[in-house]
Formats: sequence, structure tokens, C-alpha cells
Amino acid sequence: MEALNIFIKSIFIDNMVFAYFFGMCSYIAVSKSVKTAMGLGAAVIFVLTVTVPLNYLINDYILRDGALSWISPSLADVDLSFLSFILFIAVIASFVQLVEMVVEKFAPSLYNQLGIFLPLIAVNCAIMGGSLFMQERAYANIGQATAFGFGSGIGWWLAIVMMAAIREKISYSDVPKPLRGIGITFIITGLMGIAFMTFLGIQL
Amino acid sequence: MSTKEKDPMFSAKNMRLLGNPLNVDNPVIVQVLGICSALAVTAKLKPAFVMAVSVVAVLALANMIMSMLRKTVPPRIRIIVQLVVIAFLVILVDQVLKAYVYDVSKQLSVFVGLIITNCIIMGRVEAFALGNKPWPAFLDGIGNGMGYGIILIVVGFFRELLGAGTLWGYKVMPDSFYQAGYANNGLMLLPPMALIIVGLIIWAHRSWNKNLIEK
Repeated sequence: MEALNIFIKSIFIDNMVFAYFFGMCSYIAVSKSVKTAMGLGAAVIFVLTVTVPLNYLINDYILRDGALSWISPSLADVDLSFLSFILFIAVIASFVQLVEMVVEKFAPSLYNQLGIFLPLIAVNCAIMGGSLFMQERAYANIGQATAFGFGSGIGWWLAIVMMAAIREKISYSDVPKPLRGIGITFIITGLMGIAFMTFLGIQL
Repeated sequence: MSTKEKDPMFSAKNMRLLGNPLNVDNPVIVQVLGICSALAVTAKLKPAFVMAVSVVAVLALANMIMSMLRKTVPPRIRIIVQLVVIAFLVILVDQVLKAYVYDVSKQLSVFVGLIITNCIIMGRVEAFALGNKPWPAFLDGIGNGMGYGIILIVVGFFRELLGAGTLWGYKVMPDSFYQAGYANNGLMLLPPMALIIVGLIIWAHRSWNKNLIEK
């Protein structure tokens, strides 16, 4: 039940884009057409769903204060959490590389569709942010961490697809010239963020 | 290029590396890099300033180190080498912040760690440091870091002033304003307003620099 709550919460209330601005760079750059937005969104969901639980295990068995006590009791007071940035990014970068190679080998058509987006995911703050939030919020078990990763991915996908749809329509509108392109995108995202704030009062 | 060797340390070309990112080549509002953290930490001026200083430090050093390594690192593995160098610098910054400004470090929470995936750093290392000498790369890092910092500080200034009536934690709105019916706009402190303020900055900046307008 708790995992379900975390899942819903991470989609709507703690939405990666509207509440924390994670992954804004690719969000702005790739939201020009719905089709590419779908592709990148799906890739983000997949990578988040796998890397958050992986990093959860690393955090729980290696990094956390006293986590090494499963090796020997004498290591119980070792706190390696200052290493978390470098280990998390290594997991993410190597996982993305792995996915890229697997997709290239077994599904070349999908690989061509995703194209440059796959390597870009390694430096998408949404992925790293997911792992860091997982560490900061200290989820109780791996199920909750997975639910958080999956939910955050869906939230990001939802945001980028909505934005792409709006931008496809807005290209027919008469936007003030200096505001065209990224300017209006920022303002629309802000308005969407205000709309998403209506979910804030929901208690789960 | 042999002329490069004779370039004085502060030649006009090098000064442009420092100056352009502040205005016509701004990393946030023109190159659209590093927006994630630019928005999230700007509810108050102080965290925005600390974040700006941290990014200047990481970006300048990462640019310089990668520029020194540019001939030894094979291109295929350069991304992972960059990530290791950047992560190492960010860990240093994080530990320093925790030691000296603990309260700000708590407010910045995960965003210090997110400097690693800040696209400004990867973007500048890829686009500039890998093709230039360490000193210009260092200046480029400082320039772009400051261009990023300026946007952070402007956004932080407006959000704190209009949202809380304070600057750097000190009250600046006079009491007579409040008695006359002025109220703080709490919406300014919430995330969506950061996006709208950046949108307005882009609008102002592009009306001023007409050649940046998109078709």
C-alpha cells in the first residue's frame, strides 16, 4: 500500500519537472514534437526504474552509515556516504552504456528512433536526481524505491509529452517575437506547474 | 597555432571568453544549459549565491583539468573520465559546504550533487575544454559559471524580494508598505514562478539583443 502511495505521489505531487525542475535541459530541447518526446520519455522511465533500485542496493549495503557491518562487525562505524555521488553516477553511466549496446544489438530500429537520446540520459538530472532523492528520503525497502523510480519516470514522461503537444499547437499562434522558442516554453511550464500544484493538498 | 603561444594572459580574445557568457552567449538563457539547478535553488538569494560560487569553482577546475588531459584521454571513454573528474570536484565542494555553511548546504540538499549532471559542465567541457589550452579553458569556465551565476542571482533577488520582502535574510521592505496594504506574494517562493521569471528575463534579453530571436 505504501509503495502505491509513493508511486502516485511521485507522479503528481512531487512531479520531477514541475516541482523540482529535474531534467529541464532535455525537457526544453526535445519537447518540439510529440513523437520524439514519447521516445525520450519511455527511455527515462526505463532507466529510472532500473537505476533507482540498483542505487538503493548500493546505498543500503555499501554507503549508508554502518552499512558495511554485513562484512564484519568491526566495520559497523564506517560511513562511506560521501562517495555516493561518484558511485551513483558510475552506476547510471555504465547502465546507460549497457542499455545502449543491448538496444543497438537486438533492436536496431528502436535504436535508430532513440538515436542521440540514449547517451543523453546519462547526464539527465532526472536520473541522478531520482537516486539522490531516494537516498535523502531513505525509503524503507527496495519495493518502495522501485515504486518511486517508476512513478518519477512516468511523471517526467507525462510532463514532456504534454509540453510537446502544447508546443506543436503553439507554433500556429502569434507569440511576441522575443518570446518565441524557449521563452514561451518556460512560461507555459510555469503555468503547468501552477496547475499541478492543485494536487498538493492531497493526503495519501 | 604558433600565434597562440604568444597570446598574453589577458589578451582581448581571452577577455571575450570571460565577457561573452555574461550577455550574448549566456549559458542559461541563450545556450539553454543547466536550467534544472538554476531554478530550484533560487527561492532565496543566499543559496542562489552559494550555488553560483560552487558552479564557478567546479566548472573552471573541470574545464582546466579536462583541457590538460585532452591529449591523453581516448575519445571513446572521455565521457566517463569527465564524469569522474566532475564528480571528484563536486564531492570536494560538497564537503567544504557541509563544513563551513551547513545550513545552506541543507537547503541546497540534492542540488549540490546535481552539479555533476548539470549540463553546463558537461556542455562546456565537451564544447570548449577538449579543443583548447588549459588557460583559455579555465577562463571559459569562469565566464560561463558567472553567466550562470548572474541569472541565479537575478532570479533569487526578485523571488526573495517579492516573495518574502527580504534580501539575504534581512528585511528590506519598509513597514509603511505593509501598513498601506502591500502583501508579500507567497506564490513567488513556489517553484513555478522561477520558470516564469526566467521566461520574462529571456523576453527582456531578446528584445534587447534582436539577433537572438528565434524564427
